[in-house]
Amino acid sequence: MKILVAVKRVVDANVKVRVNGDNTGVELANVKMAMNPFCEIAVEEAVRLKEKGVASEVVAVTIGPKAAQEQLRTALALGADRAIHIQTEEHVESLVVAKLLATVVEAEQPGLTILGKQAIDTDNNQTGQMLAALTGMAQGTFASEVKVDNDKVAVTREIDGGLQTIELILPAVITTDLRLNEPRYAKLPDIMKAKKKPLDVKWPTDLGVAVQSKLTLLKVESPAERKGGIKVGSVDELVDKLKNEAKVI
Amino acid sequence: MSILILAEHHDRQLAGATAHVAAAAQEIKEILGGDIDVLVAGENVSVVAEAAAKLDGVAKVRVADNAVYAHQLAEPMGALLAELAGDYSHVLGAASTTGKNVLPRVAALKDVSQISEILDVVDADTFKRPIYAGNAIATVKSSDPLKVITVRSTGFDAVGEEGSAAIESVETVVENSQSTFAKQALAQNDRPELSAAKVVISGGRGMGSGENFKLLEGIADKLGAAIGASRAAVDAGFVLNDMQVGQTGKIVAPELYIAVGISGAIQHLAGMKDSKVIVAINKDEEAPIFQVADYGLVADLFEALPVLQSALSK
Repeated sequence: MKILVAVKRVVDANVKVRVNGDNTGVELANVKMAMNPFCEIAVEEAVRLKEKGVASEVVAVTIGPKAAQEQLRTALALGADRAIHIQTEEHVESLVVAKLLATVVEAEQPGLTILGKQAIDTDNNQTGQMLAALTGMAQGTFASEVKVDNDKVAVTREIDGGLQTIELILPAVITTDLRLNEPRYAKLPDIMKAKKKPLDVKWPTDLGVAVQSKLTLLKVESPAERKGGIKVGSVDELVDKLKNEAKVI
Repeated sequence: MSILILAEHHDRQLAGATAHVAAAAQEIKEILGGDIDVLVAGENVSVVAEAAAKLDGVAKVRVADNAVYAHQLAEPMGALLAELAGDYSHVLGAASTTGKNVLPRVAALKDVSQISEILDVVDADTFKRPIYAGNAIATVKSSDPLKVITVRSTGFDAVGEEGSAAIESVETVVENSQSTFAKQALAQNDRPELSAAKVVISGGRGMGSGENFKLLEGIADKLGAAIGASRAAVDAGFVLNDMQVGQTGKIVAPELYIAVGISGAIQHLAGMKDSKVIVAINKDEEAPIFQVADYGLVADLFEALPVLQSALSK
């Protein structure tokens, strides 16, 4: 079985983002970029399925600017066999990403497509679900455990209040939650080898998908700052303040 | 045009989030006119429908009661909503794991974008939503004829429950041969739901172990509070992930939030900084949590918690 795994280049999770001066987005100049953490978990899961003999090939795909090839090379260093870069310098919203990925699914016919549940820049949590809808596949979102069994996959999902296990007929789409696995670090020899693995570049026009946004970003602002309050000296003082000043208990 | 709300329900009870979604719908209705309908889809959900009919501002509750909608799996739910969406200009759901699972699917089936986790209605087609873990707030305008939206509960005060909407059944039954429900393991306790609780007490890595979370229970009982945890406490294996408060867990905004042994990482603050009153108990007086706390107590939590519990008993 082939596994397709989608990755996204985002601002590194450890960077404290700041809204830019003209309120059109966040400051991106000289900011460290990295693979979206949920996508790292997706790559790890795909590679583990290959190591277990469940998958025969892992194909990584990204949509984004030329620089996003760095993240594809990371995926290759982590164990993906080959990569596809759909290159565009434009902002691509989730529905368009899903349409582009659907063309790759059509061409590659993967048994499983694994994505991160959300990207930590736009925090949309949409693409996997949209891809499943567009390709007519079943979806197992927010996965914390994935077990493939012949033509089915059992996915344990992190839902409000606990865990839910569902069974999906393959081919299917899975989106990863945090506890699915702990991604490995790429080793230096693997990083060197990754440079020689195949990486195909395609353009949205080649795939017949128009990159157009139906959502317009009008403005980006900083959230309201919360001010610190006072320090209390004892539990009794705290309880007194909560009862008589804040009146919340 | 009218607005359709997907009702959130668990265990044959309407979840509190639905009343917050109804409040967002009400704001859109005040601009656009039209009606607000609620869809209750599931199996044996007549009690849910009756509860939804009481939500203020709702004109009609549409009930799709069939085994195929049990457990609200994404495939049949998506297909049902896509079929019904033709009558509406807006389809709204809670930004819960159900809403996030189903609504992007509906949007793609209708070839429209989806707008996630709105905090504010600016206009009938313009909304505010958090990006970058709440470190920035984006204002987005949709040019789609149908707006498919998830609503962050903490952004809207719940509507009242004095209404008496009509209830009618939806006959549409879709097929689903792709996915089946196998099992579910939900936390069993009598405490309020984390995202709807008026008081939340959360423990962090400073709690030291899962066993020590018992120190929070007595206080939670006194205050009628839900118990949460930071991601650090979840990653350390102290408690289950469904207790996690933060950008990667639940977003809460209770009247009172008590952070115990939590340093205050950005990712945690993103999940609780809209709480009305924040209390922090931490032995490290430099902990960033104190920068957002209304009341900070620098103390060893193992000494402070038993004292707090007995002080609340007085």
